[in-house]
Amino acid sequence: MEDIEGRAMMLKNIRILIVDDFSTMRRLIKKILTDLGAEDVIEAENGSNAWDILNREKVNLVICDWNMPNMSGMELLEKVRADETLGDIPFIMVTAEGKKDNVTAATKKGVTGYVTKPFNAESLRSKIKTMFANAGKEK
Amino acid sequence: MNLKYIEPFIAATIHVLETMAFTQATAGEAYLKDDQTAMGDVSGIIGMTGKESSGTLSVSFTKNSILAIVSNMFGDEITELNNEIKDAVGEITNMISGQARQKLEEMGKSLDAAIPTVITGINHSIKHITTYPIIAVPFSTDNGDFTIEICLEEEGVSLRRKIGRETP
Repeated sequence: MEDIEGRAMMLKNIRILIVDDFSTMRRLIKKILTDLGAEDVIEAENGSNAWDILNREKVNLVICDWNMPNMSGMELLEKVRADETLGDIPFIMVTAEGKKDNVTAATKKGVTGYVTKPFNAESLRSKIKTMFANAGKEK
Repeated sequence: MNLKYIEPFIAATIHVLETMAFTQATAGEAYLKDDQTAMGDVSGIIGMTGKESSGTLSVSFTKNSILAIVSNMFGDEITELNNEIKDAVGEITNMISGQARQKLEEMGKSLDAAIPTVITGINHSIKHITTYPIIAVPFSTDNGDFTIEICLEEEGVSLRRKIGRETP
């Protein structure tokens, strides 16, 4: 019970941006986040749209696919990390690209977490929880 | 194409449907497919390329099977082949490709994938990007059947030659 409340508290007051070219995946991730207590979840269907949103609105967490038209998740990650204002945003890659090279490349570019599709709610929750725990230690 | 490279696609298909749609899929016997007619009502197709080989994966669902699978994914009943279904088929194809390529990498074969496309319609055609043989694997679920097709060319050696038929 305590853990469930903790999860809800963790996500309640933050804005989360889901970036995926498949509406199916955006819908599934949004449902998981909402079940975990998130109340402010916005969506983009590629990196380019996400970049526009990030430059327009305050976002606390990005959950992003890798392979997308217009701008890939890796390209978005690079732009975010290179940006003075946006550089510190937690960025979780949720992707079907699970090869070691992909994980290594994303890690080198500063990804905060990496979840391979297919995934269940618990694996995404665990990644977010770890991310917040690490952020707490850094403070 | 070495037949051992089919197994990762079968395992990935079972794992993706179990994890994302709580659906148990049982694989039947693989066979060589001689035409381009899809074995279902909606198909996802994805191209894969690597240094030593390239190919395509397609996943063709019958209407009943995909309606049940996507209904399970969303927790809502879906009764028609709409854009949500097409989108889901694309993502399922993407995930199967990703899982399979992860296992293929462990076997020493590294492939990257393109963005999948989706085709619908009874008896629609699937054009794999090469003229190499196509291996089909039928699957059954409690709510209908579906089929995956894999076409993988490898350093100019085709599976058809390996199993004693004429190379196209």
